[in-house]
Amino acid sequence: MDKLRRKLRMRVVAAVSAASALGLVVGCGGSSDGGTGGGKKDGKVTITMGLFGVMGFKETDLLDKYMKEHPNVTIKADVAGDEQTYYTALQTHLAAGSGLKDIQGIEIGRAKELSDTQKDKFVDLAGVAGTEHFLPWKQSQVTTEDKKVIGLGTDIGPMAVCYRKDLFEQAGLPTDRDEVAKLWEGDWSKYVDAGKRFKQNSKDDKVAFMDSSSGLFNAMIYGDSQQFYDKEGELIYATNPVVKDAWKLASEAATSDLTAKLRQFQPGWDPGLANSTFASTVCPAWMLAHISEKAGPNNKGKWDVAKAPKGANWGGAFLGVMEKSPVKKEAQELVAWLTAPEQQAYIFKKLGNLPSSQTALEMPEVVDAKSDYFSGAPIGQIFGAAAQEIPDEQVLGRKDGTIKDIFSQGLTLIEAQNKSPNEAWKTTDERIEKAAG
Amino acid sequence: MGAERQRRRTLLHRLDVRGAPYAFVAPFFVVFAAFSFYPLIYTSWISLHRVELSTLNLMEWVGFDNYTALWDDDRFWNALFNTFTIGVLSTVPQLLMALGLAHLLNYRLRGSTFFRVAALTPYATSVGAAALVFTMLFERDFGMINWMLSLVGVDNIDWENNKWAAQTAISSIVIWRWTGYNALLYLAAMQAIPRDRYEAAAIDGASRWQQFLKVTVPGIRSTIVFTIVLSTIGATQLFGEPLIFGQGPNGITGGADNQYQTLGLLLYEEGWKNYQMGRAATVAWAMFLVLILVFVVQRVVKRVLARKA
Repeated sequence: MDKLRRKLRMRVVAAVSAASALGLVVGCGGSSDGGTGGGKKDGKVTITMGLFGVMGFKETDLLDKYMKEHPNVTIKADVAGDEQTYYTALQTHLAAGSGLKDIQGIEIGRAKELSDTQKDKFVDLAGVAGTEHFLPWKQSQVTTEDKKVIGLGTDIGPMAVCYRKDLFEQAGLPTDRDEVAKLWEGDWSKYVDAGKRFKQNSKDDKVAFMDSSSGLFNAMIYGDSQQFYDKEGELIYATNPVVKDAWKLASEAATSDLTAKLRQFQPGWDPGLANSTFASTVCPAWMLAHISEKAGPNNKGKWDVAKAPKGANWGGAFLGVMEKSPVKKEAQELVAWLTAPEQQAYIFKKLGNLPSSQTALEMPEVVDAKSDYFSGAPIGQIFGAAAQEIPDEQVLGRKDGTIKDIFSQGLTLIEAQNKSPNEAWKTTDERIEKAAG
Repeated sequence: MGAERQRRRTLLHRLDVRGAPYAFVAPFFVVFAAFSFYPLIYTSWISLHRVELSTLNLMEWVGFDNYTALWDDDRFWNALFNTFTIGVLSTVPQLLMALGLAHLLNYRLRGSTFFRVAALTPYATSVGAAALVFTMLFERDFGMINWMLSLVGVDNIDWENNKWAAQTAISSIVIWRWTGYNALLYLAAMQAIPRDRYEAAAIDGASRWQQFLKVTVPGIRSTIVFTIVLSTIGATQLFGEPLIFGQGPNGITGGADNQYQTLGLLLYEEGWKNYQMGRAATVAWAMFLVLILVFVVQRVVKRVLARKA
């Protein structure tokens, strides 16, 4: 009897374990539906957002403001610090069809790739009311061939040169922002010449003229309407004179020891700002927030902003709504509101991200804005004027973001690893072939 | 009727005896099939195609093109070599130090539990946290290591951009994390060595060092082999430490000059930066084959040595 019971127990255990093993497998195959996290329940709407870097929605109180005005809406925003990480995850989620948010941020370097390969997964925002206020070229960057708009613009990145007055002074360079701008008016090579003068006269060998050669490279290529690709989507980086000139000048800066051999937004750059190891950096509008935060209160008033030799656009982002989202309509309304002129002007005032809205650019909050941290520089005027100089047509390519990274690394080869510019170009060329070919 | 019932009972009994063990081990194999075997097969299938991450449904058959391309690719040999050098740089000192540490912990000392727990603490730290802290320590301009070196008159070392410096720095993260873990494995094995062997050795006049070499090391030989196997596998898969050490695009490519790109990083670069899943799958299979090769070679060497002896 006892034996029988034990056997019975064994059988039950065996059956249960077999069943649970089966259940495990079934459980894994089950949820293919995905969804985007948001939804409607009891008249309450939840909208999820996936963002990166400092886009300014979560960093300011804008999301709270929206929720206050729309009591039935809850917004959940996730912010990834690093755009590369963010985009890798976004790609994976798009491929898998799960893990997406209702609203996803799109960086400009990825705009072309997404509108070429993933446009079906984004809602067409072309018809959304009240979105005629953007700069003409901004919306065209996320418009597909069949006139579908996959995102609405947030900020843009017109460039200037941020410099340290005290360090310029000790090297015998002018410090007034208009005179400084005259030093390199009209030509980036004069910026490098100024650097040579700086190095010659500087009393402190530990201070470099600029942070990295890749910043200079970016500034130069983005002043032209075409960089790595032509309008037909062919790779032209190897023959494009803009890229070649930029490479030549940036590698000249690197080999003349004018740079601090840092990589922007990587370890060493922030402490470099805090400890004043370089005297200038090419700065898009959105970089001001980063500089003032990392250089810290000790350096307040030592920084200033001067006009760049040539207008160019570096960076900027968009907000897209996913086709899969169960709250498409509400998400579109939120995106339209967040990118409306008032909100863009508000973010500019708080953080310095320059509006992509023509209307916002003309608002007094933007035009008259001055930066305390940067010696009271009229940043609204400087960056606003730079924005007008940005070429109206900007050709984007599928792998723009990746190619830009590869070029930065190519310049690092010269700067920090003592490779010759020719050798570094060869390596860069091979890498682009592998990554984009 | 009685015979019928008897037969059914025997059948059930046979099923029970024969079947139950399979049912008990089934969960593991079901999970293994779903999460190891199936991915293995699927990976090999993908590796024969050209396919991008964003469009996984579009596969173009290319046969063994990915494999021949990998064979001709300098980056692969560079990554293989780096995996090997970083593996040696991290495994050898780590196991030697673990052996020494275990030997010290094996003495009767006050607060031995404290020291044992302390030895295990680094292992409990996440790769990410450890790598981030070490990255700050090894920073070129304001890192603590360079600051300490400057006290003895050594110029700033560019830890990231100098190949051997970078590999040493990455190895130090691995060493820091795993030494204590291996030491505890050795310690457990050492405690199984009978005390009287030491006593006999002591009576024979063997010094501490001789006891260590002649009694301890032979006594824990199988554990040493086990840790070598574990460390080799770990070294082949090295990924998180170099990725975080470089940070951003440089982490993925293992430095601007691929100076510390391991096979794991190459796989990641192909798959999640270039979005070429076919090529990434090929790297994964290459890693697998390299591991098999290492163990075949090791078996052959062992057999040859045994025959000589």
